[in-house]
Amino acid sequence: MSQTITITINGQKITTHQGASVLEAAEENGINIPRLCYHPMLESTGACRLCVVEVEKARTLQPSCTTPVTEGMVVHTESPRVMDARKTVIDLLLANHPEDCLTCEKNGDCELQNYAYQYGIKHTSYKGERKDYPILDDNPFYQMDPEKCILCGRCVRMCDEVVNHHVWDYAHRGFVTKVTTAYDMPVEEGNCIFCGNCVQVCPTGALLPKYGMGKARSWEITKIRTVCPYCGVGCNIYLHVKNNEVIKVSGAEGGPNDTLLCVKGRFGFDFINHKDRLKTPLIKGEDGQFHTASWDEALDLVARRFAEIKEKHGPNAFGGLSSARCTNEENYLMQKLMRAVLGTNNVDHCARLCHASSVVGLNISLGSAAMTNSIADLVEADVIFIIGSNTTEAHPVIGMWVNRPLRKGARLIVADPRKTEFAERAHVYLQQLPGTDVALLNTMAHVIIKEGWYKKEFVEKRTEGFAELAKFLEPYTPEYAERVTGIAKDEIIEAARIYAEAKNATILYAMGITQHTTGVDNVQAIANLALLTGNIGREGTGVNPLRGQNNVQGSSDMCALPNLLPGYMPVTDPGMRGTFEKAWRVSLPAKPGLTVVEMIHAAEKGEIKAMYVVGENPMVSDPDIQHVEEGLKNLEFLVVQDIFLSETARLADVVLPAVSFAEKTGTFTNTERRIQLLRRAVEPIGQAKADWWIIQELARRMGYAMDYSSPEDIMTEIASLVPIYGGVTYERLGIQGLQWPIPDKTHPGTRILHRDRFTRGLGLLAKVPFKEPDEGPDEEFPLILTTGRILYHYHTGTMTRRSKGLHAIRPEGYMEIHPDTAGRYGVKDGQWVKVTSKRGQIRIKAQVTAKMHPRAVFIPFHFVEAAANMLTNPALDPQAKIPEYKVAAVRVEPEP
Amino acid sequence: MAMTLEEFTKKSEGIRRNFRKGQTKPAEIVVGMGTCGVAAGAQDVYDTLINEIKRLDLAVTVTPVGCIGMCEQETLVDVVREGQGRVTYGRMTPEKMKRVLQEHVIGGRVVEDLVVGNLEGDEEQPYPGLDFYRKQKRWVLNKCGFLDPEKMEEYLGYGGYQGLVKALSEMTPEQVIEEVKKSGLRGRGGAGFPTGTKWEFARKSPGNKKYIICNADEGDPGAYMDRSVLEGDPHAVIEGMIIGAYAIGANEGYIYVRAEYPLAVHRLEIAIKQAEEWGLLGDRILGTEFGFHLHIKQGAGAFVCGEETALMASIEGERGMPRTRPPFPAQKGLWGKPSNINNVETFANIPLIIRNGGAWYASVGTEKSKGTKVFALTGKIANTGLVEVPMGITMREIIYDIGGGIKDGKRFKAVQIGGPSGGCLPESLLDTPIDYDSLTQAGAIMGSGGLVVLDEETCMVDLARFFMSFAASESCGKCTPCREGTKRMLEILTKITEGKAVMEDLDKLEHLALVVKDASLCGLGQTAPNPVLTTLRYFHHEYEAHISEKKCPAGVCQSLIKYQVIPEKCTACGKCQRACPVGAITGKGREIRFIEIDRCIKCGACYAACPFDAIAKV
Repeated sequence: MSQTITITINGQKITTHQGASVLEAAEENGINIPRLCYHPMLESTGACRLCVVEVEKARTLQPSCTTPVTEGMVVHTESPRVMDARKTVIDLLLANHPEDCLTCEKNGDCELQNYAYQYGIKHTSYKGERKDYPILDDNPFYQMDPEKCILCGRCVRMCDEVVNHHVWDYAHRGFVTKVTTAYDMPVEEGNCIFCGNCVQVCPTGALLPKYGMGKARSWEITKIRTVCPYCGVGCNIYLHVKNNEVIKVSGAEGGPNDTLLCVKGRFGFDFINHKDRLKTPLIKGEDGQFHTASWDEALDLVARRFAEIKEKHGPNAFGGLSSARCTNEENYLMQKLMRAVLGTNNVDHCARLCHASSVVGLNISLGSAAMTNSIADLVEADVIFIIGSNTTEAHPVIGMWVNRPLRKGARLIVADPRKTEFAERAHVYLQQLPGTDVALLNTMAHVIIKEGWYKKEFVEKRTEGFAELAKFLEPYTPEYAERVTGIAKDEIIEAARIYAEAKNATILYAMGITQHTTGVDNVQAIANLALLTGNIGREGTGVNPLRGQNNVQGSSDMCALPNLLPGYMPVTDPGMRGTFEKAWRVSLPAKPGLTVVEMIHAAEKGEIKAMYVVGENPMVSDPDIQHVEEGLKNLEFLVVQDIFLSETARLADVVLPAVSFAEKTGTFTNTERRIQLLRRAVEPIGQAKADWWIIQELARRMGYAMDYSSPEDIMTEIASLVPIYGGVTYERLGIQGLQWPIPDKTHPGTRILHRDRFTRGLGLLAKVPFKEPDEGPDEEFPLILTTGRILYHYHTGTMTRRSKGLHAIRPEGYMEIHPDTAGRYGVKDGQWVKVTSKRGQIRIKAQVTAKMHPRAVFIPFHFVEAAANMLTNPALDPQAKIPEYKVAAVRVEPEP
Repeated sequence: MAMTLEEFTKKSEGIRRNFRKGQTKPAEIVVGMGTCGVAAGAQDVYDTLINEIKRLDLAVTVTPVGCIGMCEQETLVDVVREGQGRVTYGRMTPEKMKRVLQEHVIGGRVVEDLVVGNLEGDEEQPYPGLDFYRKQKRWVLNKCGFLDPEKMEEYLGYGGYQGLVKALSEMTPEQVIEEVKKSGLRGRGGAGFPTGTKWEFARKSPGNKKYIICNADEGDPGAYMDRSVLEGDPHAVIEGMIIGAYAIGANEGYIYVRAEYPLAVHRLEIAIKQAEEWGLLGDRILGTEFGFHLHIKQGAGAFVCGEETALMASIEGERGMPRTRPPFPAQKGLWGKPSNINNVETFANIPLIIRNGGAWYASVGTEKSKGTKVFALTGKIANTGLVEVPMGITMREIIYDIGGGIKDGKRFKAVQIGGPSGGCLPESLLDTPIDYDSLTQAGAIMGSGGLVVLDEETCMVDLARFFMSFAASESCGKCTPCREGTKRMLEILTKITEGKAVMEDLDKLEHLALVVKDASLCGLGQTAPNPVLTTLRYFHHEYEAHISEKKCPAGVCQSLIKYQVIPEKCTACGKCQRACPVGAITGKGREIRFIEIDRCIKCGACYAACPFDAIAKV
């Protein structure tokens, strides 16, 4: 442990740790020192000089933020000399700052203003020239007013140190120094990703978000802490509300993000009040048009039709899609409705489409289906291996966390068919042909065993299957992998060496691994690497699937899944079933139900007659959309519950208006298993209702008694039935949430899984043979299509494409293609092309980029008008039933 | 040409033994080719000389050398002829060169009317006959003006690299540091931190990778000491750095030199290449385990990059902005590694100290300031030039005995020492001894060596304004007091020089100056108020005159002066009228001329044009 040091501040003896700054030591002891450039997340630069203090024996005043404590140091933080210097600093800053506090957006929330008040500086005493620069106003999200900038450099450091985008820096010297982009370019050309973290740390009105401008004074705003509705990072946010409107979002301290956000979380909230929001229930009439209806009319109709269909066709004529956007409580109720009320296990949700492979694979290998570690302990890693994850775009805030160990010198290995931002920065970059991950991973394991780099003691004590694995891996030589993956063998050996030799190595992966017919194999091959090298069960290690949606972990935990009951209990297990039957007072179906894609097939074949789709949009999200449409149209009765009239909702017989995240209470579980409280910030739009209320009403109308007065009531039931949630109460969740497993009410939660033993006992070293993807390129379809998420959009775009700023930045889809490939097919940058697979064809603009693998093309899946899923292959992983979104054979033809 | 220590010693001894043997038969001509010489026309003189020698087919040796210090007399050419000693000619032109060639070199008759002096002394005291040199002690500048800086053999001939050989063959790094500590050498960049102690910190700082850096970013207006050393004796700096690297355990170094010093950069490049060829730089230096690689990094002209932390940021490719200390460079310097940084003159002293011993060095100087210091003597002084004096000499001796007093018989007013970071000392402090502590006590600093002499025609408020405008525009913009404070001080000073200030402004100025000094981040900001504070301290009456009497006593501040024709002296020659660029002077034929105040732009053209002193500044 670090040494303690005793210093004297203002006559008070203070003990602190070695390495602390005077400012930190003072703060720990309740002595407040003013500061402008200091920020706890950033390296201190001692620039503003507001935090200066008098240190005895020092010649000049010392900045407390950068001055480390030394034994016996005597400090005065409020001596006349110090106070005089501080007043002068504030006075000087005000002299070069517009005097428009009365109308400034930042009024009441401005740090400079607050200090001027605190130190009694009414006017500046230095009337003279003021700097004169135009406002930088070239993007939809925020503006930069150099005249209000006090050059504290927080934005510069935020963008450098945390975001690693280096958009801002100082230009010029002396009085005319300003913070700006390189050559004063528009910020987007200057590499800005609009995360707005610079905006958040700006102490004055120099950097301001645009959306809320002119809408509220700071004191009129109520800030409600809740959880971001986008990706699985689960960032904690404040919704700034006035008159029932969210006018701003800021990052909340603590939680998985500790104030950091990405562009979607910070600026993509205007969908909440969008005019397209569904405000009343809709019933499709004889004329094929939707007509508004009352809740009673709509709910009675649904209940009656469901009852009729159940009567006529039996319970398995139903299919239910739950939603990873909805709360744990709502997912729990949804699967309960399907099982206990309708009597079928045909319930699934989009986890099927993203991490079903992780759920299956990690359960087999380790025994728990989630990130083994926490986001924050990435900092402890000295090697980070990212495979099949475009982290900076799909999980931007985790990307920012990865920057921290990298800044400290950690090494990075990236395997991805696309040269992503992290690939550019990787120490070893492996550009594998899509669908060859098992060959790559098995070969790394082969090398690690052959070179003796595996951790023998760990393997002996904590794993099983080593001997068999070693033998099985013999043919997976680097030469073999080079042929299959297209990666030079030396690179593979180097990657294996770096990973195996690390003190702490962590693996991050995402859909590039899971969305394959070999998704489960991929996941198990990853787990093998961690098990062989003992990189699991400690800080900075682990096998970490990055979950895609805000509550996809939670909806999986609640088991809106056809084969499992809440808490991952197999429906086939009579004992488990019995527990739920007793609690729910019904008998439950024992046969596993259908998965997402299987339900669609069943609908097409007429086996499923009615579907209840909550917060999902299979008409854009599912593979092979033409067949999805045929299936849904073939239904007798379709109910869709959503916040917008999505492409799927248009096909519905009844549409039920739900509320957005901002209008409801409940819990989301993020990618690191952290159960977090969602707090209602605004009243529901129109007559929209929370999903749990709607589901409960339906159940009641179908004769099943549900009597929850609030989501908290539902959580009480969940905690009583789901052991990993056993210790959860809303009160305990508090600000920071709790990470499962939380077996009881006193358990503090679990930051790291598998510390001393694996959930399944010993870690399983699995033998997974390499298999080719379902559909390989051929003469007719010579290229491989791979799909994914981009920074500015989310899933089927229902929210992000209704956000003005996000839409303005990326209004349309595109296809990435390598320059050589483009040349071969006569495709030019920006040109319209036709992309055709065995299943369909789309028109899309080409983006020629060397980032792309020469044998593959990439299309983001957000854009319905150029829907990648018209082309994708619905072939499934045999165990996880996840479709192979990442490999489909296509043909690209330029349009004349 | 990799050699062992023994081989190198043997070889350099040989060079020394035969050094310049026969070079003076029948004659050797030495041309001062520093930037100062070249600026004064040395290149033309040199080219003429070479052409003439070729044309006349003379067997003479021509040696281009660095600056010997007599800037006032450039271009300087020495002629050495058997039996006639070494004669120095000043203010040479191509025509004069031809004459000297004919009469002296060929004819053997010294051209007396062009002679500046006879170089009869040694390198430490070259012209015993000249006042300019009598009180100097040329240790660092020892070989400047004597050796050809582009030839390794010349440096070796003068005993170069003997310090390095001694350090590597006889001393441990700790002993080297001990010797430097014993010498009492303090940083010649201005702050005066004891060099040996600084090296010891770097030596003791844990880490395998360490850097040694030479600060050659000489940026003070009127200072050119370091440039002269780099141009005149580059190997001395390199030798000092290699010894330093050996002492602290660095295997890589940088010389951070201004891009505005192209000749220095050029000579350094040559010298580094030579040192590499001779096995004095690179891996396994002279066959030992010690290796050291040296690079040049050219600065882009920011004054603040002379500040060590900003300099290191600049080497790293970052914007040149100072960083807070601690951590000190010795703990976390260049690229986060322990680093030691000294300036050019400091390094140039090192070979002498190692060769002659710390005790020898410490025999000169005061109790706390040892050795010598180089100054660039400029301003209103008779003999401008580069001088090196023993520590402890008084300002008066430098200005009057060496500098020859004030030009044109004007009255001395002040001496500005230490550049924009320094201060202005009045006549009453002329007997202040030159040492770090006395100067600091007087409100100035030793600085890197700029010494600007000011006469009665200098306005001290205007001078303070000039230095403040320099500091304000060179402030890096990082910390508030320096960025904003220098600007506001400049505004107040400008107000005073324009006659628009009130007495409270003086309090405001002084208060601001003290806060900027106390609260700024780096040395630039902390010392930027010094010119203001010293002029306020010693020339308060001048400030008062500007404010309460609306007068500039020195007649400099344009807003406070007007030009008038003195009727009794005017001869109606009309010269003033022709000189006036705005037609502000009226009068025809034999009429006495009259200056119309409203139109006059106070450019002073009439004042300069009048041959009869008939125009007065009032």
